[in-house]
Amino acid sequence: MATTDDASLAKRASLPASVDVAEPRTPLLSMGNVGLALTLAALLALPFFTEGFFVFQMTKVLTYAVAIMGLNLLTGFNGQFSLGHGAFFAIGAYTTAILVEMGGFGFLATLPFAALICFGFGFLFGFPALRLEGIYLALATFALAVATPQILKLSPLEGLTGGVQGIYLFSETFGEPPVPSWAPVQSIFGVDEFDAGTYWVYLVTVAVVVLTYWILTNLVGSRTGRAMMAIRDNPIAARSMGVNAAFYKTVAFGVSAAVVGVAGGIGAASTKFVAPDSFTFFVSVSFLVGLVVGGVGWLPGALIGGAFIVFVPNYAEEVSKGLSGAFFGIFLILMIYLAPNGVGGLIRAAADRIRRRSD
Amino acid sequence: MTFRRFTLAASAAIAVAAAPATAQTVVGVTDDSIKIGNIMPYSGPASAYGQIGEAMSAYMEMVNANGGVNGRMIEFVSYDDGYQPPRTVEQARKLVERDEVALIVATLGTPTTSAIHRYVNARKVPLLFVATGASKWGQPEEYPWTMGWQPDYATEAKIYAQYILDNVEDAKIGILYQNDDYGRDYLGGFKEGLGDKADELIVSERPYEVADPTVDSQVISLADSDANVFFNITTPKFAAQAIKKADEIGWEPLHLLNNVSSSVGSVLKPAGLEASMGLITAQFLMDPTDPQWADHPEKVEWEAFMDEWYPDGDKTSTFPVQGYSESATLIHVLEKAGDDLSRENIMAQAANLNGFRAPMTLPGVELNTSPTDFYPIEAVQLSRFTGDTWELFGDIISSE
Repeated sequence: MATTDDASLAKRASLPASVDVAEPRTPLLSMGNVGLALTLAALLALPFFTEGFFVFQMTKVLTYAVAIMGLNLLTGFNGQFSLGHGAFFAIGAYTTAILVEMGGFGFLATLPFAALICFGFGFLFGFPALRLEGIYLALATFALAVATPQILKLSPLEGLTGGVQGIYLFSETFGEPPVPSWAPVQSIFGVDEFDAGTYWVYLVTVAVVVLTYWILTNLVGSRTGRAMMAIRDNPIAARSMGVNAAFYKTVAFGVSAAVVGVAGGIGAASTKFVAPDSFTFFVSVSFLVGLVVGGVGWLPGALIGGAFIVFVPNYAEEVSKGLSGAFFGIFLILMIYLAPNGVGGLIRAAADRIRRRSD
Repeated sequence: MTFRRFTLAASAAIAVAAAPATAQTVVGVTDDSIKIGNIMPYSGPASAYGQIGEAMSAYMEMVNANGGVNGRMIEFVSYDDGYQPPRTVEQARKLVERDEVALIVATLGTPTTSAIHRYVNARKVPLLFVATGASKWGQPEEYPWTMGWQPDYATEAKIYAQYILDNVEDAKIGILYQNDDYGRDYLGGFKEGLGDKADELIVSERPYEVADPTVDSQVISLADSDANVFFNITTPKFAAQAIKKADEIGWEPLHLLNNVSSSVGSVLKPAGLEASMGLITAQFLMDPTDPQWADHPEKVEWEAFMDEWYPDGDKTSTFPVQGYSESATLIHVLEKAGDDLSRENIMAQAANLNGFRAPMTLPGVELNTSPTDFYPIEAVQLSRFTGDTWELFGDIISSE
């Protein structure tokens, strides 16, 4: 456990990291804050100006954004690689689906459970992960991602998971998430009963994005966060300064998994159907793509990463149906080539330039 | 509060005003066009099936070049889901809510179509002739807006059961099946087909998981059970393994292979053509490589279609055959619907096929549906593998 002495040491250890992280008390932050406020306002205003399908798409974007923030904590701030976060996404999704269908829960009430269960799984997986670094950890987590869909199909679990058939959510209302009576979604947005469910899930998702962002920025800025970054930047130095590497690494894994699990829960509610085939290895890869595109170690980049994984494949499909994968690849390569530090890197470079000019 | 009450009242008023219109919903249709949606795995692991969608697009172009359907041009909007169920949901919502298609046709795959099954029924959008053989697509009472097309797995299995009852004395049946909804669909139908005799005749049932590396041990144990009939409910990779293993250990039962794995190229060749001799399966489409259809007028027409409208297509594959045949079925339904292209009438016409002959299905196959029968093709013909091709025998067997 960390003592107060540990903390000050950890702070010192994290000094080099502060260069590429949006740290508080810099003039950039006020600019950043304005940006965040504007983004939030835009997200809240969006349902008034668009139709159900776009709201649904934006729910997907934000769901990915939450998952990417979770992965960012692990990879961007703690330096552990994971190709297996799709597994936690699946566990979160199934938690929500099972509780809604068999436990009679409202979808909102299932999210804390998704977080808790995924924290448990993530924390436990963090232990074997302690012995693995870099590329070996990537392989171990890869195995997790590949195994999960198959485990979900296993017959002993079938009573719970529905096996290959999966689970339809919200059977009682035939597939539309019921809106709680205290949330007058239908009258506020003037939508029909079909869309009300979509809008409700969207609003919950926006709230989750805000909450996750708030928790993670505070975590990253705290003693714990600095210890995590110290381990990322120089594990030996961090250890020799008394940072309990095992503890912080497993906690980072657990929190990261919990966040991804909540994203999985929202994903289940907006797709309204979970099945093992929905959680192939591809899900984990798209989180990684979103993370790199948005910017590793920069939390707001998750929104851009999420938008990238949702909209670019659609755009690629419009360019060429048969070669949509190839075009997606081209966009991705262009992206990495033009913005090697992700969109986050581009924005920070631009902000730096503006600041220098105004100085 | 008053504002809220006002909007509530307003929306209620709108709902009342809209009520007569919901009785007959016409969406995606103008005086000179019909918009039709489709979702296919053009990318991803199942992309080979994308040929079905490409063939359908080509067919619609041909229909348009010939003046469309009752003077209306078909606007065929086909999206890629990469065989990922969440993406199928997104594409289906895009088709229904943004593109506002009149109907969705021939979505491919069981997990993907399952993901939108509820959605289209809640929105009352026809989802016609889905390209999957699960038996759950024929539940008009619970899901009145979804309809299958090809023979469902349970029907096919019943036909094998009937064949055994009629032709094998003293049958002792061993079954190998994939432990999922597809395998169980077959198994359930098979037992239903055997009726009271099921318990007596089936001497061994061995499941396997898709994750298993091989089915060798299952095949050995089935052979040990002294079964003289082997019902092989497996997907291509496992089918090839089972055929090979049975041959290696010298087990020579009457071997029934499900249609899913009847491909000569991807199953029988890897298993060994010698080892595959005598296999029996059920078919419902003309195999384009089968020389006996070379002069069949429908085959000639199909060849001409492929040459002119889909020259990139693989003429040895059954996928373009299926796309062609499904398209013809859809166009037939639209023609029958005439000028009343409301979703209700399209669905009613689809549920009222009387002996329609879809081109390139086996001669004698007819499509029949009714408001209580949402399985269009329920007839197949058995065929036996001769060492280089499937040879049809017996009559078309129907379980209508």
